[in-house]
Amino acid sequence: MVTAERVWEALAEIPDPEIPVLSLVDLGVVRDVEVDGERVHVGFTPTFLGCPALEVMRDQMAERIRELGAEPDVEVLSEGWSSDWITEEGHRKLSDSGFAPPSGRAPATLVQIQTGTHPCPYCGSTDTRLDNLFGPTPCRSIRYCNACRQPFEQFKTL
Amino acid sequence: MNAQELLRLADDELILGWRNSEWTGIAPFLEEDVAFSSIAQTEIGHARAWYELAANELETDADSLAFDREPDEYLCAPLVEMRMADDWARTIARHWLYETADRIRIQVLLNSVDRKVAGLAEKIDREETYHRIHAEMWAERLRDEPKFRDAVDELWPYALGVLPEEQRSLFCEAVERDESEAIERSGHTEGLRPLWEEMTMVRRSVPGASW
Repeated sequence: MVTAERVWEALAEIPDPEIPVLSLVDLGVVRDVEVDGERVHVGFTPTFLGCPALEVMRDQMAERIRELGAEPDVEVLSEGWSSDWITEEGHRKLSDSGFAPPSGRAPATLVQIQTGTHPCPYCGSTDTRLDNLFGPTPCRSIRYCNACRQPFEQFKTL
Repeated sequence: MNAQELLRLADDELILGWRNSEWTGIAPFLEEDVAFSSIAQTEIGHARAWYELAANELETDADSLAFDREPDEYLCAPLVEMRMADDWARTIARHWLYETADRIRIQVLLNSVDRKVAGLAEKIDREETYHRIHAEMWAERLRDEPKFRDAVDELWPYALGVLPEEQRSLFCEAVERDESEAIERSGHTEGLRPLWEEMTMVRRSVPGASW
């Protein structure tokens, strides 16, 4: 019989459809896993509501659970995802691939437009500026590093 | 919250999302092309979430509510219907007025006794922060431009019609304007039908198809 631990491991192998360096577990969208005999319940909360990857994520989780020989029950939770739920491992993976992880939610809602606080994932300088609050997907902004002259993407704080 | 109230929110977000997406590829510069496309995408995502709640009550699904109704059955405010994709000043005036009004009604929904509505409002409120930063940045930038001021004057009665009467005084305070006669949701502008025809064209071409 499948265990909750085995399910978590399996879900941790599913890459985010749009930022594949992250797994769904790194992203913090998997909120809980419960095993009830042959049935596996997964509580899942999408990042941004307009994210087109929602269905893909849901289908991939269901498929992976079926591969473990169990019956999936993926519930989309109304609880709002926060970028604070990206794991430490997720932050490390983002930085390593030239993608600035989100800042914490606590200080202010306008954190995204502050200067001098967002380090460049390439050279580490905080001399970076916001180029565009909006990026190629709803969860990303575009910043520019004045020190190494490298534009980079930053995960939005949500 | 009843289905009619949910549909008002959903229809506003869907139709405005559609109008905002008309800037994709033709905005004054690249950053705004990306910004308006992204804002449109999130508005339509919010519409879907509101439609899903309404669909539970009406025992249907979100796509049917979004695309299978006749134009007269939509409950959106006239403000969101007008095509403005050739006029940046009007677009920004609408964007700023709408986002300000939307913030006021979302704040009210945060305290809804319906746990699903309050939960969704909380999530949408956080996402909309980015729309508001963008709208306010542009409103500040264009504040003294005559074209922008004229557009705000023209759209103000429409903007008031987005909110129920009891929320309008908060709106007046937020944008520092006096209350005037509102253009209510009782009818539609000429803009809605052509938009509807384009928006539902593919779905109507093969009724009942699974895409």
